[in-house]
Amino acid sequence: IAAMLAGMLQTAIGYLLFKGVGIWGINIPVGWGFAIINFVWWIGIGHAGTLISAILLLFKQSWRTSINRFAEAMTIFAVMQAGLFPLIHTGRPWLAAYWLFPYPSSMGVWPQFRSPLIWDVFAVSTYFTVSFLFWGIGLIPDFATLRDSAKSLVVRRIYGMLAMGWRGSARHWNRYETAYMLLAGLATPLVLSVHSVVSLDFAVSVIPGWHTTFFPPYFVAGAIYSGFSMVLILAIPFRYLYGMQDFITLRHLQNCAKVMLATGLIVAYSYGMEVFFAWYSANKYEWGMMWNRMAGPYGHYYWMLILCNIVLPQSLWFNRVRSTPWLLFLVSLVVNTGMWLERYVIVVVSLQRDYVPSSWGMYWFTKWDVMTFVGTMGFFTLLFFLFIRFMPAISIFEIRSLLPQSKVKE
Amino acid sequence: MAQIFHRSANTLARASILGIVLLLSAVGAALMQLQRSPYVTGQHIAPDQPVPFSHQHHVAGLGLDCRYCHTSVEESSFAGIPPTKTCMNCHAQIWTTAAYLEPVRYSFRTGKSLEWTRVHDLPDFVYFNHSIHVNKGVGCYSCHGAVDQMPLMYAENSLQMEWCLNCHRQPEKFLRPREEVFNMGYQPPSGEHSVKVDGKEYFDQVELGTVLREKYHLRSTQDITSCSTCHR
Repeated sequence: IAAMLAGMLQTAIGYLLFKGVGIWGINIPVGWGFAIINFVWWIGIGHAGTLISAILLLFKQSWRTSINRFAEAMTIFAVMQAGLFPLIHTGRPWLAAYWLFPYPSSMGVWPQFRSPLIWDVFAVSTYFTVSFLFWGIGLIPDFATLRDSAKSLVVRRIYGMLAMGWRGSARHWNRYETAYMLLAGLATPLVLSVHSVVSLDFAVSVIPGWHTTFFPPYFVAGAIYSGFSMVLILAIPFRYLYGMQDFITLRHLQNCAKVMLATGLIVAYSYGMEVFFAWYSANKYEWGMMWNRMAGPYGHYYWMLILCNIVLPQSLWFNRVRSTPWLLFLVSLVVNTGMWLERYVIVVVSLQRDYVPSSWGMYWFTKWDVMTFVGTMGFFTLLFFLFIRFMPAISIFEIRSLLPQSKVKE
Repeated sequence: MAQIFHRSANTLARASILGIVLLLSAVGAALMQLQRSPYVTGQHIAPDQPVPFSHQHHVAGLGLDCRYCHTSVEESSFAGIPPTKTCMNCHAQIWTTAAYLEPVRYSFRTGKSLEWTRVHDLPDFVYFNHSIHVNKGVGCYSCHGAVDQMPLMYAENSLQMEWCLNCHRQPEKFLRPREEVFNMGYQPPSGEHSVKVDGKEYFDQVELGTVLREKYHLRSTQDITSCSTCHR
């Protein structure tokens, strides 16, 4: 199924390249539609992976160990989906090289470094590279384990190459931990800045509903919110289907749920502040924007958003919900939907009605918008299944280090 | 159990790191070269023409002024290719039986235009104006090279944007007195050789260029390197 959906993505992108971006539902007031919504959504999802692997490592949270590997994989695959959109949403993606990257071109021109879209290029490409390195470095000792336990020589050789001759000596481990910590320290500001940069795409503009100063932290909180819900969406079926209940225990799920609740409250606070400042600014455009969100043609999106992101996740306060996997799974689905709606509301509803009433419009997505979006989900799932099949989805060596640790305490 | 990698894999592993570095830099360097190569720019390549017109013969050999044929170069944005009529001014009397010139006579008989192949072909999103350059003291030689030495026309320069900007950023390095624009034998001032403008002798191109820049009222570098100068 995943491969079929990925095929659909290919079809959608192929047709897009052939026909142009006009096959999407975007128009002149609403120049950014699904592509940017999905971009921000996917990038946001990726952030929980790095949070789990880097920030929780800095805080020495041992519960991260059983979920970090696949959370990192989730990051990488989500960033890959996200990275597609900035390219394909442009009218002429084949010119990407010269307007994205500063290289000595024969035109004597360089990218404009004042545009947050250029910062996006650097943010996302750095983010991808660092996440990939982080993930890859974490995998080296595990590949060594797989190498030593594999039966056929071919498989041993493949994992042997991936493990790059890891022998697990004390000197290796010492350097390894230092490098891992350093990368975690590097990745942490990266997480915070990447989604902040993404938020600046909006906050730097002059559009009411975009031009706000709280976007960077609010977007980051939202990213972690949606990312953790994605982690739960993946972890709950994973532990069930592959019998991982002993590794991904209820405690892990509960902790993820707590982080979700915490970031969800930050998001809720931001929604409140948004409304408050729209009123407090005494700016008629800001206030009009707020009214349009609540009671305009897209009002139902806004109220669905409030329901999905603020109202329903409050159930996470109850331990009962946090310790029932299927309920948690449902809440996570709701939150991910809500976070998608959040980007929809920010992107579309701010654009469709702004300063000049004569340029008010509506936005209707087309089937190509939906196909591209669903296609990226398919591609994501495809990569994820391949990962589960061929790579250690749980960090073996870190789990091992937990076992003696718990014995020492006893 | 036997070792899974032979000892030679050590060498391979080291070589592969070096290999990747070399490969990446080679690909990068190749791409940088390729975008400026004659393969892309068509520089120094003389395409086939319906008539093998020789600038060398007509300019250096016969001493024609550039403006005899390219008449509109001082007034128009487009320098123009001479019509068949211009060729026939002489070739109605000279070389009337030459096989080379049959396409010209055919064109004159039937009124069908000669289909010259354009050598300096800018994309249509670039607006280039000949007259402004000629009137501000840019010689034919600076852009088209030694046309009087070209038996067949080819592009001396790449016509890439960095090449244009190179001069628009420092026009004083290339300017010459207006009277010398069409002089293919003009020598820019150097240590031994001087150029006289308004009774004053200059031995240095930049010094002369700076004076000419002032004299011909060239606009500021910022003005002439802004997008709207060419990409209208």
